[in-house]
Amino acid sequence: MIPYLGRRVIQSLLILLGVSLITFALLYLLPADPVRQIAGRSATPQTVENIRRQLGLDQPFVVQYWHYLMSLLSGDLGRSYIQRSEVTELIVSRLPASLLLMVGAILCELLIGLTMGLIAAVKRGTTTDQTLMVASFVGVSAPQFVVGLLLLYVFAVRLGWFPIGGYGSWRHLVLPSLTMGILGAGWYARMMRSSMIDVLRQDYVRTARAKGLARGAILFRHALPNAILPVIAMVGIDIGIFMGGIVVVESVFGWPGIGQLAWQAIQRVDIPIIMGVTLVSAFAIVLGNLLADIVAPFIDPRIKLR
Amino acid sequence: MKKFLTSTVAASALALMLGMASARAEDAVDPNAKQGGAITVTYKDDVATLDPAIGYDWQNWSMIKSLFDGLMDYEPGTTNLKPDLAESYEIAPDGKTFTFKLRHGVKFHNGREMTADDVKYTIDRVTNPKTQSPGAGFFGSIKGYDDVAAGKAEGLSGITVVDPYTVKFELTRPDATFLHVMAINFAHVVPKEEVEKYGADFGKHPVGTGAFKLAEWTLGQRIVFERDPDYWHKGLPHLDKVTFEIGQEPIVALLRLQKGEIDIPGDGIPPAKFQEVMADPEQKARVVVGGQLHTGYVTMNTTMAPFDNVKVRQAVNMAINKDRIVQLINNRAVPANQPLPPSMPGYDKEFKGYPHDVAKAKALLAEAGHPDGFETQLFAMNTDPNPRIAQAIQQDLAAVGIKASIQSLAQANVIAAGGDKAGAPMIWSGGMAWIADFPDPSNFYGPILGCAGAVPGGWNWSWYCNKDLDAKAAEADSVVDPAKSGERDKMWSAIYDKIMADAPWAPVFNEQRFTMKSARMGGADNLYVDPVHIPINYDNVYVTDVQ
Repeated sequence: MIPYLGRRVIQSLLILLGVSLITFALLYLLPADPVRQIAGRSATPQTVENIRRQLGLDQPFVVQYWHYLMSLLSGDLGRSYIQRSEVTELIVSRLPASLLLMVGAILCELLIGLTMGLIAAVKRGTTTDQTLMVASFVGVSAPQFVVGLLLLYVFAVRLGWFPIGGYGSWRHLVLPSLTMGILGAGWYARMMRSSMIDVLRQDYVRTARAKGLARGAILFRHALPNAILPVIAMVGIDIGIFMGGIVVVESVFGWPGIGQLAWQAIQRVDIPIIMGVTLVSAFAIVLGNLLADIVAPFIDPRIKLR
Repeated sequence: MKKFLTSTVAASALALMLGMASARAEDAVDPNAKQGGAITVTYKDDVATLDPAIGYDWQNWSMIKSLFDGLMDYEPGTTNLKPDLAESYEIAPDGKTFTFKLRHGVKFHNGREMTADDVKYTIDRVTNPKTQSPGAGFFGSIKGYDDVAAGKAEGLSGITVVDPYTVKFELTRPDATFLHVMAINFAHVVPKEEVEKYGADFGKHPVGTGAFKLAEWTLGQRIVFERDPDYWHKGLPHLDKVTFEIGQEPIVALLRLQKGEIDIPGDGIPPAKFQEVMADPEQKARVVVGGQLHTGYVTMNTTMAPFDNVKVRQAVNMAINKDRIVQLINNRAVPANQPLPPSMPGYDKEFKGYPHDVAKAKALLAEAGHPDGFETQLFAMNTDPNPRIAQAIQQDLAAVGIKASIQSLAQANVIAAGGDKAGAPMIWSGGMAWIADFPDPSNFYGPILGCAGAVPGGWNWSWYCNKDLDAKAAEADSVVDPAKSGERDKMWSAIYDKIMADAPWAPVFNEQRFTMKSARMGGADNLYVDPVHIPINYDNVYVTDVQ
């Protein structure tokens, strides 16, 4: 266990290093000149050069990357070119909103997905099963900005049940969580269905049925706990999908998280923010995967960490 | 008011300081205005910074104007200059010395009185290379600027604090735009102690002398301005509070406006909803239309064949059907025939420009030796409606035989191509077009049509450089006497007419502004399309549903 953990942590760090290098290189190769962006249209060539020198952007790529890496080690993500404030401060101020949305989204996807999967497994082969599986497929494939705008229009504008975007109360949280959750729910419904079908085929379930146990008791007390655990263990891996989704969903709903920050930064070529958000997301994904792997053997002893 | 006299005798000019403007009463305040109340303004993007030395986008521009004041300002809703923190000013007859008398009792939001030292500190700071101000170049005419810009001096030798209420600027050349320069945000006065306290984060903790003070800034969510009860201009501002909600898509903002939850959608009416809004009389009544100091144009690289031939450039001017392009964007603009927009002083109403004439364009091309046209490239920014406009231009050009392929790129890439002499033969300026920094005709010349802008990384994408016109521009800008501003405007009109004869641009349209407001917003319409406060003049508007 310990050597395995050590190896995984080193791997994770290498992944993060790779992500930082690739992102940094891509942004460096971008034809847009960040200095001109900062200097604005009225700047004289002298001002432009002066800003370039002060930001160290006249240095060769390797030197720039080295400086970035060194300040990164001390927890400094640099200063935003456009917003002129610490990237760390900008990300930290927006992280709680994204985490809250993540919790909401996970709750939604589990609640919807597991329920759908359970019903589909029990009603296997029926029209209900087929309808649910088609629905889950639609959920997986529907573009999130379409789902988001649709929910916003129906439940916020038409029915007025929820606020039209924004942040603050639990009512603000419902629609964006649902938008994110519908995507994940599709996956969970499918995984839950096959997991449940597997379990229902097991001998102990047949035994329970043979000894005349009530259907509900078999399903909820004996089958469900075994079927649900491997599915829940996937939540860690989910963070990757989640990080991809927040950029769109946060923009649609005006949710003040890091996805929205990233989207703005991309539009304004604010390189330090793009770097910062990419690294934070990569870190979350790596961490999620690591946790999922570590948790797995506790849930299913057949899995061995090597 | 004393009359400004011009001396023809140079000797007398040395000694004489002739006064201009004076102890004017404070501007009248709208008698119908109601005091109190709060409004909500929405924006999609985060507010970048509220440091007047740094902020340079249309979103923070007006916000900074409400937090800070400059020596000069404009009468609300107009382009007429007036003294602001200055009570009066004097211009020496040679046009090279400007002396400002400051208003007494003006206080920063921290309670300290503003004095001439603050004015000097402010300009020294904005020109100091360490500040990285995008506006440093505006102060280039002040004595000592070159030394400061080169890092050889800490302060401008041309600024003298005569006494706590008098500050004197000495220039290296007569500069008719200097009063405008004193009105732009970069010259808005900041208190040294607060700047030093917050350092690079002053933009997040702005302290000025403006009508409002910053009450709250929750990153990514909202900014709240509160009325400064000690504001020196009695009776202003009318509103107690302005809340800027951040992170709202324009379409969501419009829905919320329709539900009465907000008052001003800061990003305007989303193009997809424009026709729907304008077709509804109830909503249309709440849209204020106004001019904008903006021109959208096609640049032609005058150093690249075949655009080095003036006849080809004139042919392009005649080929483009501007009316159709204006229709394409739902009439959110008016066709343009010259570089200056109609609301800019110096706009030549008599000038007819090039007509849309396909036959004549073809004839000109034939004269230029291209009877069968030629192939070229048209660069454009890749966000709607610019690719559509570029396609319309492409079709118009095809009608006269010019086959232009469209290069639709991200904004930064188009700007980079334009600033490279061999980069782009033609560029449609949409999304990057020039919007004036201050309402003066000279502002459309230097960086975008003058020789100074025709440098690598510059904004003169036509690479048009006419030394003769540069000299005429310098001559016009040396007419400092405000009484002669009419004459000066005429000189500028002539310059732009001459530019159009050389046709480095094909001006296409001038964007109009459409500000939508809630039913309870009051105040003159021109406050909602104020030429310098975009989207609106927060200091002077009010709400009708208080008391």
